[in-house]
Amino acid sequence: MFAYIIRRLGYAIPILIGINLLTFYLFFVVNSPDDMARMHLGMKRVTPEAVESWKASHGYDKPLLINSGAESIHKLTDTIFFEKSLKLFVFDFGSSDDGRDISFDIGQRMLPSLAIAIPSLIIGLLVNITFALLMAFFRGTYVDFTGVILCVVLMSVSAMFYIIGGQYLLAKVFRLMPISGFDGGLDALKFIILPVVIGVVSGIGAGSRWYRTFFLEEAGKDYVRTARAKGLAESLVLFRHILRNALIPIVTGVVSLLPLLFMGSLLLESFFAVPGLGSYTIDGIQNQDFAIVRVMVFLGSVLYIIGLIMVDIAYTIVDPRIRLT
Amino acid sequence: MLAEGWSFSRKTLSGARAVTVPENDGDVKGLKAMNTVAYIIIIAVHAIATTLRIQIMLTSPAGLLRAGILLVCIALAACDDQPWNRPYPAEDADRNILYSLFQERPKHLDPARSYSSNEVTFTGQIYEPPLQYHYLKRPYELIPLTAGMVPVPTYLDADGRELAADADSNEIVFSVYDITIKPGIMYQPHPALARDKQGELRYHHLDASELSSIHVLGDFSETGTRELVAADYVFQIKRLAHPQIHSPILGLMSEYIVGLEDYSKTLSTAYEELIAGEGDGAYLDLASFPLEGVEVIDRYRYRIRIHGKYPQLLYWLAMPFFAPVPHEADRFYSQPGMRERNITLDWYPVGTGPYMLTVNNPNRQMVMEINPNFHGETYPSDGMPGDREAGLLDDAGKQLPFIERVVFSLEKETIPYWNKFLQGYYDTSGISSDSFDQAINIGTSGEVTLTDSMLRQGIDLSTAVSTSIYYTGFNMLDPVVGGDTESARKLRQAISIAIDIEENISIFLNGRGIPAQGAIPPGIFGYEDGEAGINPYVYKSSKQGPVRKPIKDAKQLLTEAGYPDGRDIKSGKPLVLYFDTPATGPDAKARLDWLMKQFNKLNIQLVIRGTDYNRFQEKMLKGTSQIFQWGWNADYPDPENFLFLLYGPNSKVELNGENASNYQNEKFDSLFDQMKDMENGPERKAIIRQMMDIARFDAPWIWGYFPKQFTLRHVWLKNSKPNLMANNALKYKRIEPEVRADLQRQWNKPIRWPLYVLAGLLLFALIPAWISYRRQQRMSAIPGGR
Repeated sequence: MFAYIIRRLGYAIPILIGINLLTFYLFFVVNSPDDMARMHLGMKRVTPEAVESWKASHGYDKPLLINSGAESIHKLTDTIFFEKSLKLFVFDFGSSDDGRDISFDIGQRMLPSLAIAIPSLIIGLLVNITFALLMAFFRGTYVDFTGVILCVVLMSVSAMFYIIGGQYLLAKVFRLMPISGFDGGLDALKFIILPVVIGVVSGIGAGSRWYRTFFLEEAGKDYVRTARAKGLAESLVLFRHILRNALIPIVTGVVSLLPLLFMGSLLLESFFAVPGLGSYTIDGIQNQDFAIVRVMVFLGSVLYIIGLIMVDIAYTIVDPRIRLT
Repeated sequence: MLAEGWSFSRKTLSGARAVTVPENDGDVKGLKAMNTVAYIIIIAVHAIATTLRIQIMLTSPAGLLRAGILLVCIALAACDDQPWNRPYPAEDADRNILYSLFQERPKHLDPARSYSSNEVTFTGQIYEPPLQYHYLKRPYELIPLTAGMVPVPTYLDADGRELAADADSNEIVFSVYDITIKPGIMYQPHPALARDKQGELRYHHLDASELSSIHVLGDFSETGTRELVAADYVFQIKRLAHPQIHSPILGLMSEYIVGLEDYSKTLSTAYEELIAGEGDGAYLDLASFPLEGVEVIDRYRYRIRIHGKYPQLLYWLAMPFFAPVPHEADRFYSQPGMRERNITLDWYPVGTGPYMLTVNNPNRQMVMEINPNFHGETYPSDGMPGDREAGLLDDAGKQLPFIERVVFSLEKETIPYWNKFLQGYYDTSGISSDSFDQAINIGTSGEVTLTDSMLRQGIDLSTAVSTSIYYTGFNMLDPVVGGDTESARKLRQAISIAIDIEENISIFLNGRGIPAQGAIPPGIFGYEDGEAGINPYVYKSSKQGPVRKPIKDAKQLLTEAGYPDGRDIKSGKPLVLYFDTPATGPDAKARLDWLMKQFNKLNIQLVIRGTDYNRFQEKMLKGTSQIFQWGWNADYPDPENFLFLLYGPNSKVELNGENASNYQNEKFDSLFDQMKDMENGPERKAIIRQMMDIARFDAPWIWGYFPKQFTLRHVWLKNSKPNLMANNALKYKRIEPEVRADLQRQWNKPIRWPLYVLAGLLLFALIPAWISYRRQQRMSAIPGGR
């Protein structure tokens, strides 16, 4: 397995270079260094000298990809792409274009993102599995039928509606929790409840329907029929046999999500004023801060790759027949 | 000093302290907190037990009893009279704290860089330039802040001879401003100023081991202060030219301050050499580089020498750009390792103002608290007629500031902001379009009143016309709509009549604006009301005020311009014009459709050329746009700051200036040169009138509107008067925290029944499931079998 992981990590390097190149290209198609300078210097009284000076001090005064004026290897190394990208691979994220240390900000914003994402994932998983099991247990009855309709309805509602509706109903009309905000330590609890509730409720429709299909698929297999033939109670069949086997795709799916939890939720964080990494990415895009955008895309890619490797490992754990070679 | 970041341990400790000695109100709150904690523990224990033994709970009476206990615990926990939706710590409920917000984190808090309103909101309270605006008087009046008096310039000719105060502008080669600051003003406590027993600066030689425990500024255990001296002001003016700071006013000030342009080049060269020799962390010591036009006279006096006459310099002296920075702070922040911790002057200001930034987490919250070393200032004793009746002079002569702490929370979306304001968790609010109808009634004759729901909450409304203008501009370099030909001028005048600004204000701004008759907004010298102020090329005078000319007049002008019925008389082709805009989203569609409709009145086809903001800026810089919309927010209350938007040598294409229309008229430009240096008076007014006549006739702009600012405030916020120029108005505000706490409790009583209903529904849903489950368990495998 160790050799497999090393090999997968080796494959990751060209992928990350490719992603970096693509991000770089897409960003600079839309924003030139002059645009970035003007955005950072403000809208009033920006002189061409100030633009040039800003570019020079932030390292944007060089050619983008190829420096035709340089010699030999410097044609490639004396460019914005090389200078801004190389350090990423040793996780030196440098400073944002407005001068703040990116690693510091990421460290500070990671916890709020996790504070929302982890409870949402765990509670959501429990609720979805419970609801899906309920529908599977009463398959073909009015409980199953009503449950499926409810899932379709919940899936059809937009995320924005859940957020605005949840804020209006629970925080404004019923006044049960703050509408938005965040705080450190235990004080964060009261701010987390509402986004977590909304995150969980908005995910019930899709999640439960998906898990229900796993359970029903398992329920039709021979070993389940055998279990029933042995005279096991339906509840035992469901919890001891069906649930355990249906959990394999669920667990592997969840494992791939785990690293991405660090990246936060763009929409929830923005509406609930949660200072997480999701809103950090949005701010970086809006402010044309290439340093932040580049780091967040890179970090997201690295975490995604790690997630996929973890899935492979998880397969070997939940299904002993699988070997990583 | 508090620090940015998480504050888990601090808050937990303060909570524990309150519980141990129950003697006063704070301790009663502590007891309540203890009860709540106990309930939470009980709930958590039961929740875990419930989760682990769910099947037992469903089947045994003990389990049901446990569920009952759980519900009772929840109900008991809910009996605390504090609102559940309070977004701030409960112990702060009765404290003298103002709650505000920031929608976008400020980019710069360095006074040499900060220019945007969301940045000056902070720097204006922390830094003290020599002058400030009188809080209550209108028109805006400059008064001393740290200066002993408003400086009066001395004018010199080319030989350095002193000229009379009323000397002709052309004779004046230099103006000299001697500024005297008040003695005894101290800086806020700051580690950069801390000294050890030997009198050496405590934190100016930090090594890696000392820095290893430093993550935020608050981690420095010692702070110090010192007296403000004139050299600090001179140091800050030098900082404007620092190559790493990129001050937005360097270009402008280089035109005026003697030697600043060369100084900037000298510093750039010196910095490059320094970096080449010492690497990136090298410190450029500005003390080694004298600036010709700015000098220290003595401990409390400094001198600024400028080219020619520039009376507007006084307004700049009321902005943070000219506030003092202690050189110790600059050196302290430049030490290796500080930038990596985000400990820079750009994020941790050091000032003498009434407030200091004690929590700086631009990702979540920024907090300002009273500067304990503040030199003291009193609330103004005089204002405008009506101010006394409005209670704005109730605090006359009292010591400032009134509010002990100001909490700014990050709030990106307008809906949560508005709802929190209604719940009393923000003290003031603007009104977004979404909430306008909920807040404001507009009567049949246009009068603005608050809705009943606002009045019931005791909310008050104040309005003020902003010192800003939004206009539609013609690119004067364009061959169709631009230029000085009669045809183009008449075309522009015709379009100016056709675009119904009044309708635009009514539909898209909910009436929050005043149609502009010229470039100068109300409240600025040169603005004229009544018939004298009417733009005769677009409006007619009537008893009700200016009335837009009928569309037939516009059509007539269009015909005279060579486009009868919207067709080019030469080619017979329809006239097609292009509107460049960065607004392309669904929100903008209605506005753009409306604009096309206005052009359609003249049978002119308007093509919308939507693009992203960067491309739009590029078009403007290259002069390839045709018609566009633009705005300007005043830096200072002088007509020069608006009329320079039409000044030829300020053209955007040629000189990258703020004249976005690239308008050029020799007469206008010469009058501007004459007017800009004059004192306010009848002569200046007459020149401004002439300039406005020229610009109205040439019509480089469709004169747009001056936006009207609507601000709502709660009953507990006092001394609130819109002052669109002063950026340090926080010190005048006062709140009544007891009133606020009472009203917040009244407005935010939690409605608990939905929780009970939800619990009941869950239980109720379990019953048929339970019955169905039991039935399924009893079913036989073979129908009819046993």
